[in-house]
Amino acid sequence: MCGFGGYFGAGVAPAEAEPLLRRMGSAVAHRGPDESGVAVFADAGLCHTRLSIVGLADGQQPMSSENGRLSIAFNGEIFNYVELREALRARGRVFRTSSDTEVILHLYDEKGPDCLADLNGDFAFAVWDAPRRRMFLARDRMGVRPLFYTTVRDTLFFASEAKALLQVPGVEAEMDPVALDQIFTLWAPIAPRTPFKGIHELEPANMMIVEEGKRTVRPFWSLSFPDLGAPSRHTDENAAAEELHALLSDATRLRMRADVPVGSYLSGGLDSSIISALAAGMTPEVLRTFSVTFDSDEHDESAFQEEMAAALGTMHSTVECRDDDIATVFPEVVRFTERPILRTAPAPLFKLSALVREKGLKVVLTGEGADEVFAGYDLFKEARVRRFCARQPGSRIRPHLFRKLYPYLPGLKQQSAEYLAAFFGAGADSPDDPLFSHNPRFRATGAAKLFFSADLRETLAGYNAAEELAVRLPPEFGRWHPLHQAQYLESRFLLPGYILSSQGDRMAMAHGIEGRFPFLDHRLVEFAATLPPEMKLKRLVEKHILREATKDLLPETILRRTKQPYRAPDSQSFRGVGEKDYVREAMSPEKLAAGGLFNPASVSKLFAKSRQQPLTGFRDNAAFVGILSSQLWLETFTGSRFRASKAA
Amino acid sequence: MTNNIKDSVRAFIVENFLFGDTSFALEGDASLIENDIIDSTGVLELVAFIEEQFGVTMADADIVPANLDSLDRIAAFVSARVGAKASQSA
Repeated sequence: MCGFGGYFGAGVAPAEAEPLLRRMGSAVAHRGPDESGVAVFADAGLCHTRLSIVGLADGQQPMSSENGRLSIAFNGEIFNYVELREALRARGRVFRTSSDTEVILHLYDEKGPDCLADLNGDFAFAVWDAPRRRMFLARDRMGVRPLFYTTVRDTLFFASEAKALLQVPGVEAEMDPVALDQIFTLWAPIAPRTPFKGIHELEPANMMIVEEGKRTVRPFWSLSFPDLGAPSRHTDENAAAEELHALLSDATRLRMRADVPVGSYLSGGLDSSIISALAAGMTPEVLRTFSVTFDSDEHDESAFQEEMAAALGTMHSTVECRDDDIATVFPEVVRFTERPILRTAPAPLFKLSALVREKGLKVVLTGEGADEVFAGYDLFKEARVRRFCARQPGSRIRPHLFRKLYPYLPGLKQQSAEYLAAFFGAGADSPDDPLFSHNPRFRATGAAKLFFSADLRETLAGYNAAEELAVRLPPEFGRWHPLHQAQYLESRFLLPGYILSSQGDRMAMAHGIEGRFPFLDHRLVEFAATLPPEMKLKRLVEKHILREATKDLLPETILRRTKQPYRAPDSQSFRGVGEKDYVREAMSPEKLAAGGLFNPASVSKLFAKSRQQPLTGFRDNAAFVGILSSQLWLETFTGSRFRASKAA
Repeated sequence: MTNNIKDSVRAFIVENFLFGDTSFALEGDASLIENDIIDSTGVLELVAFIEEQFGVTMADADIVPANLDSLDRIAAFVSARVGAKASQSA
């Protein structure tokens, strides 16, 4: 795990190349605190900061092939590198190092861009192919590792984080209004767009080839599901559960590979408990586990964490997150997410990765991804209930099911069946709409755009983020089962755009910690996509097949727990002692007017309301955190140039 | 009376749910839910306002979109209740 960057083109004078690459590397030094290096070629360069995990003594980067033809800067891990290396050796390849980095070099040398199909891992890398004068960039299938790029003076610059690109002369941070609208609707920008105007993101499962003055971006893999009604090979649930167990065990085994100790996050929920249990059974040492605890009962899961840690006999460490702790770290959190966020949920994970680093570990397994792959989110159940209600629009009985879905939302408990139906749009929207599953979320989130300034609204000119999302769906999307459609939307957009970035890579790498995600092993993702929907969401029981496959690993209380979504206190964090000076400043009419994104008068009323009483509504909380993080983004990245671009 | 009720409720909604934003023309028959003005906790705030402002008590069965999902519906509901209360005490 590391950070890297580089360029290809004539826009960098030879004398400027090394200092520029060093500045780019320094900007992402937190990702690789152990070593750093640069390599300069004719009209191309690479930089790298290293977090040493595999091949500690001989894995320095940028790394070149023995003949000097190929050079690589690589962030991530190739988990099947041992098998790939053996196969390459059997074909006559000679290795100089024990690292996975060299495996990519040989594989690329042998197969070119087709090498990506062989890689099982979380990766973003750049290969400089000197004989062809080709720069080859690639990013892993699910989007675990980031890769951003921009173009200046006909030269391509790329890096693990946007802040490295801001070191390039001529690149200045400017908020992209469309990206902001997308965040305030979908929770994340639609890649390749980022909040930085002119800075793009290579989409997950894509490669970029730059040669002979041309730039080609194309996917090497895609998430797909069987056609609705097509016969499934999974007719026997027990056999499917066994296959799942074997795949998940192997995915975890591969992700235990490291020349340093591997720990595990343990939230107390089903997914991280499964991963911790598998890992505990595979390591000869005592497994180290790590959890966040909250001082509010609404968010705290420490009883389950302790139960699981005791059951597995792990060496367990916790970090407490009080409301004002979130306020304390929030500006740093935004500096690392590099994008406005509508929830504070990344902040406790920022604290958690600091704890892991403090305890001397560099690598942790996490349970992230299971909710996308095995249909764990409430949203999947909600869509099913909405379809159930849509079949009898006047029913006073059916909408009561919504209450069961969200026992932790007090506002829903007291509502009549009519209101429940109305809030979830039951019967009001078409089940044939491709975004049916996500429309209530998009609408509820989009309501926070009420606070956009008149200038910003004028710039956006009626832009509709959900419509753009719908246009991005593959042609076969319409042939899939509704649950699979919802899974695709969640896995293809929110997972890389928010979960794996703002809550994942960015929060872990802020403290030089590598997260590994067994549930996102592409073999497991492909297998789960072929499972019949009812094996994943059985009636209203989420992740049914996963529970069946792992029932021997977990205590009954964990196994039968209804999912508690990971949440953290939102606007509540910034009240009372959490109302830090920076909060008052960012939410002041002067700063809001200077930023130009939000209506100062409306935001002042929201801020005043939050001071009087905790904000309870989804929209108001999303708006508060979204506005505050946007203001911090402007302050952090644009400094005095505190104004949004008018040109969308 | 209905117009007074409507104005009073409108002011409450603009201040509390639209945070003073008057760019949205809040028509009398506009759905508060479909226009994303009110959410599940907002309904309870609205109920508290109606009870305190107009002195009517709302039973659970009253808290339905048919009574509360637009300015016109709220005004009609409240004026009927206030009227009924007045005739009872007369």
